[in-house]
Parts: sequence; structure tokens; C-alpha cells
Amino acid sequence: MSPIRRLRQWIGKHLILGLGLLILVYTFVPIAVVVLMSFNDNSKSKNVYRFDSFTLQNWLHPFKPSGMGGDVLLSIEIALVATLIATVLGTMAAFALVRHKFAGRSIANLVIFLPMASPEIVMGSSLLALFVAGGYGGHLGFITIVIAHVMFCLSFVIITVKARLNGLDNNLEQAAMDLYANERETFLRITFPLVLPGIVSAALLSFSLSFDDFIITNLNAGQRTTFPMFVWGANQRGVPMQVNVIGTAMFLIAITIVLVGEFSRRRRDKVLAT
Amino acid sequence: MATIDDVAQGSETGPKRKLTGYWLILPGALWLGAFFVIPFYSLISASLFDPKGTPLTGYDMTWHFHNFWSALVQYRSELGRSILYAGIATIACLIVGYVLAYAIAFKSGRWKNLMLVLVIAPFFTSFLLRTLSWKLILADDGKVVSFANWIHLTNVLHFVHLTSTNDRLLATPFAVIAGLTYNFLPFMVLPLYASLEKIDIRLIEASSDLYASPIRGFAKVTLPLSLPGVVAGTLLTFIPAAGDYINATLLGNPNTRMVGNAIQSLFTSQGDTAAGGALSVILMVIIVAMVLIYVRTSGTEDLV
Repeated sequence: MSPIRRLRQWIGKHLILGLGLLILVYTFVPIAVVVLMSFNDNSKSKNVYRFDSFTLQNWLHPFKPSGMGGDVLLSIEIALVATLIATVLGTMAAFALVRHKFAGRSIANLVIFLPMASPEIVMGSSLLALFVAGGYGGHLGFITIVIAHVMFCLSFVIITVKARLNGLDNNLEQAAMDLYANERETFLRITFPLVLPGIVSAALLSFSLSFDDFIITNLNAGQRTTFPMFVWGANQRGVPMQVNVIGTAMFLIAITIVLVGEFSRRRRDKVLAT
Repeated sequence: MATIDDVAQGSETGPKRKLTGYWLILPGALWLGAFFVIPFYSLISASLFDPKGTPLTGYDMTWHFHNFWSALVQYRSELGRSILYAGIATIACLIVGYVLAYAIAFKSGRWKNLMLVLVIAPFFTSFLLRTLSWKLILADDGKVVSFANWIHLTNVLHFVHLTSTNDRLLATPFAVIAGLTYNFLPFMVLPLYASLEKIDIRLIEASSDLYASPIRGFAKVTLPLSLPGVVAGTLLTFIPAAGDYINATLLGNPNTRMVGNAIQSLFTSQGDTAAGGALSVILMVIIVAMVLIYVRTSGTEDLV
């Protein structure tokens, strides 16, 4: 075979994979910019859209911009509470949908799908209309934000846990039962540990969605300011470079958790295969 | 064959076990009912309030249907832009997303899971910060603009009215559409991947055994079988993109305002709940109508 033909075959075989990888690289370009700008020293030029010179100051004093520390803390508190509620309620609902037969399942599936397919601005303004109609228009804050976040996180938790439950090997549970484990033991020692990775990814996704949300939060936050609202407000006069430190740190923490999970799964598969 | 339900219910089948499902789903269902379904009712009633009210004095429910008409007239260009921008972004996402989903489903081998993780990884950085990054990438004195100039892309974009001058990309409809495409790409890739992954690879092999060219095999076998993913992906991309105003604000100019900008400012700075509610309902009605027509014509009704 001539080298040119071999090259053409190689390209044909790898073209789509190469394009796919290029697209993945493209999705990471803005993230790379966020990481890069977290090291940017723009104290002289005040230009927030250009990398001037390298500094570690942003990382050493990430909460220097006034007000930002409190807003980050509020976002973390909200995300923790919302994630806890959404993960518990969502996991229960996922078990109900996969493991139990009941009337109204298709309606339930539809109501779970819809929040993912509704524009945030409509969900946010609807909730605001509800709070105003209920007389809570003047009391918007932590609780109304948490209510909103649990609402849009629930669907993501349910589909993530449902996918994990559907992919479960029923034989393992049957084997446990055959070996005289009762229902409770089977659930605690077999089912739950097997579903746990799904629950953890659901919680992680929920936390990220909550921490990141702007459109719905902005409508229902009242006088409180979350981190995305801080970024939005600061953008009018140029965001402080420290916001990139927060963005980078959140990304690194989340991606580390995900990759550790992925590689430990890989290693386990390899051990099981040998 | 006995399913796990039968096994679990085998020992004690009774009314108590039958109710477990209801008890498990009840809290989540109540939450979604109270804070997702009922709010639509509040929104629709707010859209019929007397527009003379203010958030402080309260509103009178006067079945003021004229709110819809005045919102439609006043914000028709915002509505039009939302549908146009979200439509173009969805098509761009479909093309780019299909290549990526196809690569992951059929070409990634043992790196499949890692590539899937990388698809959702951008979710872990702030949406606002990623969008702001595009301001830097598309900056007037940046490399992207000079490259686009060099290949005459800027001229083409100007010709089709996606930019207002032929030497910049930022603060143009093009930048808004590019931002929407970037931000909503994962919502396209994941459903596409899910339906491509289900395809029996032997069907594609069979088409090539029967002397179909790769392109013909794709058009006659792979694409039709992935249609449910295409429908789900386009909906999950188009709908949130049509309501988004972050890209329009950060990457656009005052002439690229989308309907989200208008709803947001009516509810907050202008404090006009009646008009904001009406515009929100109009957006939802347009979306539902388009979804119904789309799902009908593409013939995949068992989406959920």
C-alpha cells in the first residue's frame, strides 16, 4: 500500500474523532481564558479584556473586592441547602419511578422533563408572580432563592439517579435475596452502594447549577446578592480579576471530584476484568 | 421472568407496599407542583392584571386582555430576534453537536466516558464568566477578529447583516448567536449521544455490506435512527436559548435585545408585573406552539 493511500485511510478513520476532539477543545477555550485571567495583573491598565502581566495576587487575596466574599458565601450556603433538599427528594422520586408502579407515572415524567425545557426567564417570572400573589413580594431572599433552586435542580437529580438505577444489574439484588438477605439489608448493602455514584454526580450537578444560576435567582433574590449577581453588577464597570479565581477554583474542585470518580471506576472495572 | 419489583414485593404484597411509590414521589411532586406548575397560574393571572397598578400598591385583577396586545406590539422586534437568534444557534449546535456526539458514540473507544465528562465539564465554570470570556476572545484587536478578517469571514457576516461593520465581531448579532451556540451546546450533545449510542452498530455495517457508501449509509440508517435525539436536542437547545438574555446583554448591543431582556427589566427595574407577565406568557405560548408543530412534523411524539 502506498504511503499516500495509507495516510488517506488513516485520516478517514480518524477524521470524525479529530473533529470531535477539536470541538471539545473549543468548549474549553473560554474556561482557559477564565483560568488565565485569574493570574492577570490589570492594576495599571484597568482593562479587563486583555492579559497584561502575570501575578499571584488575585489568588493570594481572592476576597479583596468589597462585597464579593459575602456573596460567594451566600451562594455556597444556598447551593448546599438546595443540593441537600433536591438530592434527597430527587433520589426518592427516582426510586419511585424506576422501582414502583403507580398511576400517573407519565404525568410525573412530563412534569419532571418540563423544567429542563422551559426558559429560565419564564420559570423565574412565574415564581416571582406566585411569591407576589402570596404576599411574599417584600420578603424575597434566602428562602425564596432556595425554593427556586430546588425546583430546577430536582429534574436534573431525578434523571441522573434514574439513569443509574436503570443501568443496575438486577441479578446482584436477586443474588443477595437468594442468600437470605432481607429487603433492608439488600437495600443498604447492595442497592444503595451501587446507586451512590449516581447520587453523588446528581448532587455535584445540582450544586453547580445552583451556584451558577443567575436569571431565576436575579428575579427572586430581593435585596440579597449571590455571586453571579455580583459578577453581573460588577460587569457594568469591569469585573475584578478575582472573580476568575472563584470561577477557576469551583471548576477545579468539581472536575477533580468527577475525574477521581471516573478513574476509580476504570480501575475497578480493570480489577474485575482480570 | 421475575423482575426486581416482583422479588421485592414477593414477601409482603399488600396495600402498604403498593403505597410506597406514592410516598417516595410525593415530596418531589409537591415541590414541583407548588413551585413549577402553580406559578404558571400566577403568571397567567398576573398577565391579566390592570396595568395601572404598581408592585407597591398592588394590582387589580381586571381580565385586562389588552396587556397581551400591547406587549406584542411593543416588543415584537425583541420576540422576533429571540426566535431568529435561538433558531440559528440551534442549527449551529445541531451541526457541531452531531459531529461531537457521533465521535463519542462510535469513535471514542475506551475514552468514551472521559469525553462525556468533558462535554459537561463547562457546566462547572460560571455561565457568566464563560460568556464574559468571549468578550476577550472576540475583542476588536484580538487574533480571532484579524483571522476572520483575513479569511473574509467578517465581510460575509456583514453581508448577511449578522454584523454592523465589516471589521468587528463583538457587540453584534453574530457574537450573541455565537455565545448562545457555545453555551447551549452540551444540551444538544447529550440527547444526541443518548440516541446514537442506542443504535445497533450491525445495522450500519449491514448498510455498508450492501454497498451503501458511508454517506448514503449515514443518511439512510444512522440519521433516521438518531431522530429522537435530534428532536430532544433541538428542543433543549432552542427553548432555553430563546429565553436567554445574558448573551444578548454581554455580547450584543442595544439593538440585539432579546425578549428575556424585556421581561427581566419589566419585572425588576420598571416594576410592571402586568406587562412582564403578559410578555412571559406570550413567549411560552409561542414556544409551546412551535414545539407542538415541530414534534408533529418530525413524527416523534414519545419524547418523554
